[in-house]
Amino acid sequence: MKLTADENAMLDGSRGKAHRKAMELLVRYGEALGAERFVDTTNVAGVPGTSNTFLEKYFTQPGDRYDVIYSLYDLDGDEVVQVPKVSVNSCHLQGGTDPENWRTLGMKPEQLRISQAGEAGAERLGIKILKTCTPYLAGNVPKRGEHCAWMESSAVVYCNSVLGARTNTEGRESTSAAMLTGKIPDWGFHRDEFRFANHRVNVEVPVESLMDWGMLGYYVGEVVGERIPVLLGKYGPPDLIRHKHFGAAAASSGGVEMYHLVGVTPEAPSYEAAVGPNRDLETFTYGKAEQRRTYETLNSRGQDPNVDYVMLGCPHAALEQIQEICRLLDGRRINSGVRLWVFTSRAIRAVADKEGYSKIIRDAGGVLITDTCSAIAQALPPNTKVAALDSAKQVHYLPAIMGIQAWFGSTADCIDAALTGRWNGVAP
Amino acid sequence: MIRLHGRKVVGGVAEGEALVTRQTISGWGGVNAMTGTIIETRHELRGVSFKDKVLVCPGAKGSSGWSSVFHQARLAGVAPKAMIFNEMTTKIALGCVVMRVPSMTDLDRDPLELIETGDWVRVDADSGVVEIRKAAAKASD
Repeated sequence: MKLTADENAMLDGSRGKAHRKAMELLVRYGEALGAERFVDTTNVAGVPGTSNTFLEKYFTQPGDRYDVIYSLYDLDGDEVVQVPKVSVNSCHLQGGTDPENWRTLGMKPEQLRISQAGEAGAERLGIKILKTCTPYLAGNVPKRGEHCAWMESSAVVYCNSVLGARTNTEGRESTSAAMLTGKIPDWGFHRDEFRFANHRVNVEVPVESLMDWGMLGYYVGEVVGERIPVLLGKYGPPDLIRHKHFGAAAASSGGVEMYHLVGVTPEAPSYEAAVGPNRDLETFTYGKAEQRRTYETLNSRGQDPNVDYVMLGCPHAALEQIQEICRLLDGRRINSGVRLWVFTSRAIRAVADKEGYSKIIRDAGGVLITDTCSAIAQALPPNTKVAALDSAKQVHYLPAIMGIQAWFGSTADCIDAALTGRWNGVAP
Repeated sequence: MIRLHGRKVVGGVAEGEALVTRQTISGWGGVNAMTGTIIETRHELRGVSFKDKVLVCPGAKGSSGWSSVFHQARLAGVAPKAMIFNEMTTKIALGCVVMRVPSMTDLDRDPLELIETGDWVRVDADSGVVEIRKAAAKASD
């Protein structure tokens, strides 16, 4: 790789050991990618210094615990270095527990302690503790063209596609190194020529509801894999929440990091603009049969109609979704055999608390939880056997991680299941 | 013996038994980092561990926790011995780096066509060479 003077200064240790370790990791990573240089990044989102019970036991070296984890794990180094403040705008994405509802999540005091120690360490470095998979709903909205280094596949696809900012799907180690150095390999989505669509999906059934968008996203990820699709056809203009669920689904069933909706997303004012120099795009059709098959795939881990857990807020719920949940609950109490957990960010819950939505959910028998989700925390209500979910992403992960059954449907289907204890969802 | 030439992703030399999949691999949520076992619901390798294997796959998909999961797999002692893949992404590049195992891509012939599970594979990433010794014809079972 060709390095600039300031990059060389970091690599030779002139700016301290932590910067040297961070640069060494980034050079190993850049060379693995085949990148020729770095770009300066001004917006980094990761999970710096976050520990867990495994890492706590593994890294027994002496020293400040946050520095130990950051040096040996985040920077993949072989010695503990003192980690200085970050040099660029950096935020912490979702974490492993909610400091208020950790008991509800079934966390042990030790897990809370590890989580809070990590948070204190990140704060010391000047990292914003957003604790959400939706930083763009919690005050971190990159501008068009901004070079970012983000983790969280659902946030990455939103960043590239909806905001027109530029990020690859970064990982724990690359984001932690970028927070210190402000550098990330100039590869992939940082480059104009990489961002054009190379696959086409013709949408031949109406796609309107949130559930429709989740299914379409899941289908698109399955057929295009890690490629960049442009979608044409019968979809209404999606709002922020539909983008959020579509992108999250496409990034889970496949590895979609950017999509183009002609006339909707910023880099697709026209089909020609979306595809650039690419010709003869491999084309897929999303019709009635594909929609039906996607619905069946998403419900392949559901057998028992008796639901005991309803999980909403994947990716973290926007305020509009919390309002919608309150509207659907309509003053009723959920079934005594069901638990309702709704996940969101701290920022959104602060407003939900103030506006009375948290109380409405609590009065109905549910709980509004922040910072994490069932998949990240690996936390379910006791004895959960069958979950109801309105997120294609969550239904992709949760049954696989936790070994439970799960149904996929609309938010209304899920609230109905919470109220009745039965799954009554129907195919579109 | 079949010889392939390609590009070094992470340097080093290692050899072992191949574990081959034609499906991309999810890291976080797709792999148990403590055992190296694939857990993704509909994956063809579900229930199979890549510990000490030469893992041959099209590439990575899914969560940005990919590198983290493979990093922890290394610490837990269940990482693959080497990696061979076709499609470069940031997930798999970073994952290979922090696994610290010899890794290669851009081979001159498709490794998914030529390598089968059970073949003995030597990955010399420093020289950019993959050598494949085909497993003896298996008894039908």
